[in-house]
Amino acid sequence: MSDPSSSSNTPTRTRDEVTEAHFMEARARLLDLAAFLDRLERASGSDDHRVRGLRAALPVLLEKDPARVAKILNLWSDPTTAPIEKADTKAASGVWPKIK
Amino acid sequence: MRYIEPHGHMVSRTTDDYQAMALAGCKAICEPAFWAGFDRKSADGFYDYFCQLTQHEPNRAAKYAMPHYAWLCINPKESEDMGLAKEVMAMIPEFLKAPTVLGIGEIGLNKNTRNELKIFEAHVELAVRHNQMILVHTPHLEDKRKGTQLILDALKANGKVQPGRVIIDHVEEHTMAAVLDQGYWAGITLYPESKASPQRAVDMIETISAQRVWLNSACDWGHSDPLSVPKAAMEMRRRGHSSAAIDRLIYGNPAEFLSQCPKFISPEA
Repeated sequence: MSDPSSSSNTPTRTRDEVTEAHFMEARARLLDLAAFLDRLERASGSDDHRVRGLRAALPVLLEKDPARVAKILNLWSDPTTAPIEKADTKAASGVWPKIK
Repeated sequence: MRYIEPHGHMVSRTTDDYQAMALAGCKAICEPAFWAGFDRKSADGFYDYFCQLTQHEPNRAAKYAMPHYAWLCINPKESEDMGLAKEVMAMIPEFLKAPTVLGIGEIGLNKNTRNELKIFEAHVELAVRHNQMILVHTPHLEDKRKGTQLILDALKANGKVQPGRVIIDHVEEHTMAAVLDQGYWAGITLYPESKASPQRAVDMIETISAQRVWLNSACDWGHSDPLSVPKAAMEMRRRGHSSAAIDRLIYGNPAEFLSQCPKFISPEA
């Protein structure tokens, strides 16, 4: 594994201190996410793979796992291992298109 | 505060950005060759771009007392055309003689295609043959994990690459440990949306490693922020990190990696 001892220089913090520093930012982002989902509900059509991926990630937020970000990034990642023959786009969409 | 911007696409930025970076404490800028947002039609377009990177851009930076260095390659988005890629790669040795060129980069993968991988391997061989350092771009978003593994496998398969002279950039929470564990340096790119935020970057520094890591803004023509490195420093300060730890991360680490190239002069040596 990489060197977690690097965190020996990491200042220790209480939950209150972390909350004080970052709560309002997290609150605003959660409300933005809720507003995005509301906006989708008001629109016609069905969810594409990106929205399916977003919905699939939401339960991860409530897990007792300190690696939530990595878990979500892995959930959205292409799970295949071989190079593809040719790409039909240069851009990535944010979620593997074949996600269930 | 002092810092080095080890990955900034300054050809896309205004002079005001140079000024703002200098005022924020930037002491040197390194610029890897990348995609212009459109595909160039011929190798001549790359010749002009390499001239811009090695002649014009250092002059712009010098007006703000910042040394400017470059890395050269054909980027993975234009590597699908293997004929063009080989033509461009044939020009690179001539430019490696320039006093501000640090190595080959940013090479890598975009959509993880066979052609991209072949051109990546050819760039790695070019770097080995000319004893150059390597700066690697890992793919975006859902393609990153797979592409990072393909890149690690290809570097290992080459057999002559010294991991300590390679930085693998744009790591995120799911790829950083694998890069560091194999002895490479890791770059964390700070983007407003599509890569790491300053807050997430500092989380990675705290929970994975602050050793063999640099932070960069990769500021380009897209949604990006040329001041994101000093903003990450501010986040560290806000969390109580010492001035020495911040300086080590945003100045000392990139200086240590880049100084492996004798052309890089540590700005405050």
